[in-house]
Amino acid sequence: MSHHLVEAKDVHYSYSDGTQAMCGVSFRITHGESVAVVGANGAGKSTLLQHLSGCLLPGGGTVRIGDTLLTRKTLAIVRRTVGMVFQDPDDQLFMPTVWADVAFGPINLGLPADQVRSRVEHALETVGMSHVAGRPPYRLSGGEKRAVSIATVLSMDPSILVMDEPTSNLDPRARRRLIELLGTFTHTKIIATHDLDMAMELCGRTIVLSQGRIAADGPTADILRDESILAPCGLEKPLSLQGCPICSRQKR
Amino acid sequence: MADIDSRMAEIGWLDRLASRDTPLHRIDPRAKLLTTLAFIVAVLSYGKYQLAPLMPLAIYPAVLIALGDVPLKFIARKLLIVSPFAIFVGLFNPLLDRQTMLTVGPLEISGGWVSYASILMRFVLTVSATLALVAGTGIHNVCRGLERLGVPSVFTVQVLLLYRYLFVLVNEGARMSRARALRSAGSRGMGLRVLGAMLGSLLLRTLDRAQRVHAAMCCRGFDGHVRTIEALRLRARDAAFLVGWLGVLALLRAFDLAGLLGAIATGGGR
Repeated sequence: MSHHLVEAKDVHYSYSDGTQAMCGVSFRITHGESVAVVGANGAGKSTLLQHLSGCLLPGGGTVRIGDTLLTRKTLAIVRRTVGMVFQDPDDQLFMPTVWADVAFGPINLGLPADQVRSRVEHALETVGMSHVAGRPPYRLSGGEKRAVSIATVLSMDPSILVMDEPTSNLDPRARRRLIELLGTFTHTKIIATHDLDMAMELCGRTIVLSQGRIAADGPTADILRDESILAPCGLEKPLSLQGCPICSRQKR
Repeated sequence: MADIDSRMAEIGWLDRLASRDTPLHRIDPRAKLLTTLAFIVAVLSYGKYQLAPLMPLAIYPAVLIALGDVPLKFIARKLLIVSPFAIFVGLFNPLLDRQTMLTVGPLEISGGWVSYASILMRFVLTVSATLALVAGTGIHNVCRGLERLGVPSVFTVQVLLLYRYLFVLVNEGARMSRARALRSAGSRGMGLRVLGAMLGSLLLRTLDRAQRVHAAMCCRGFDGHVRTIEALRLRARDAAFLVGWLGVLALLRAFDLAGLLGAIATGGGR
């Protein structure tokens, strides 16, 4: 299953204004792994994610998706393998109806009409959004928009899902539903997030970024318990690992 | 702010109308586009003092509105919103053109008033037909139809995205305006200078957003064309709609129906 492999080797990137966003990032993610990418604001999470979907090309070093080296020429192949869910669903949903939006990817893949239809139906069913198929995306709630954005990517049948802050701006119930949904996926998942509790639940492995470098890479349970890693990177232990606020106050 | 919100609700109204299923909706968008275009050309082809011959043409928007079950309230409100344009265009006609053309009893009506009425008449006819077309077709399908008729996709994709992001843009503008209102103690912020800076920042935000949307589109294989799988098919019904209306419009253009009726009426009265 080498096509599910994601490998970054010594990736460097600086923006045109001179900001050095990636300084030598290397990792290797294998088939079926679920990896959280965490770090403070501006640590380089979004930049890293954009490299994986080919929205940015590395300024130095290499990114390999499966057997394919990411270059301008291989963009089409890489984007077929990697499904990218953007942070703001309004960026992702640009078609007049939910149905047309979910069908956008499969149609561009050149699939025949009946296959497009079955993929759209299946993707909407998976995220539980079949009932909004005919609605315009801007009439949906935040949680519905997020679910539909995921469906737009699922319909392309990617092997790797890359998500930027999937639980941001969701109410607690919508967040819970999303976590359960993501838990059912067997894809290789790479999730950039500040929601460390979600990382605890969904991701076996965590990569901590700090100022464009990897500060730590290992099992989530170990990393998120280790204050000596978290504190310098502007992070805190997930709430689920902190003591109960009421009991610990009583002890004081 | 309430004003912006209510305007957006109006656009939502258009969406709801466009998503229904009426006899008008079922006609191929290309047939509707071509007949509406022919209708507009017909309306514009009359001379500037020809008011009476225009009137029978009202049958086209009337039939569209009836077929599409478009609420008259909707058409009337939209007409009102754009009416200042037509009202100001012809405002000076009555002042400049004072030659008497008609006399109704003691009243002398100048050529200027007749041509002004003709401008307003054309405005009402063309805009209501276009509104009925969009309400009975939907922007999405209008764009598809245009593309199939050979309009470059650069243009149709622009219209589609403009329509989609109108909501996002207005929301962003409304948020900025609200933020200013809350900190400007009842006055108008700091006047034009701040407004200029706000518009500039809105433009930059829009550019950022455009880049992100483009990235999202590219990630899903966008190559400059928005494709759909429901093929447009011109059926006999659509062809009949097109040919029938072209015939009616040609007849109305060739024969002055209003004049004929008038002649018959006055002839019968003698």
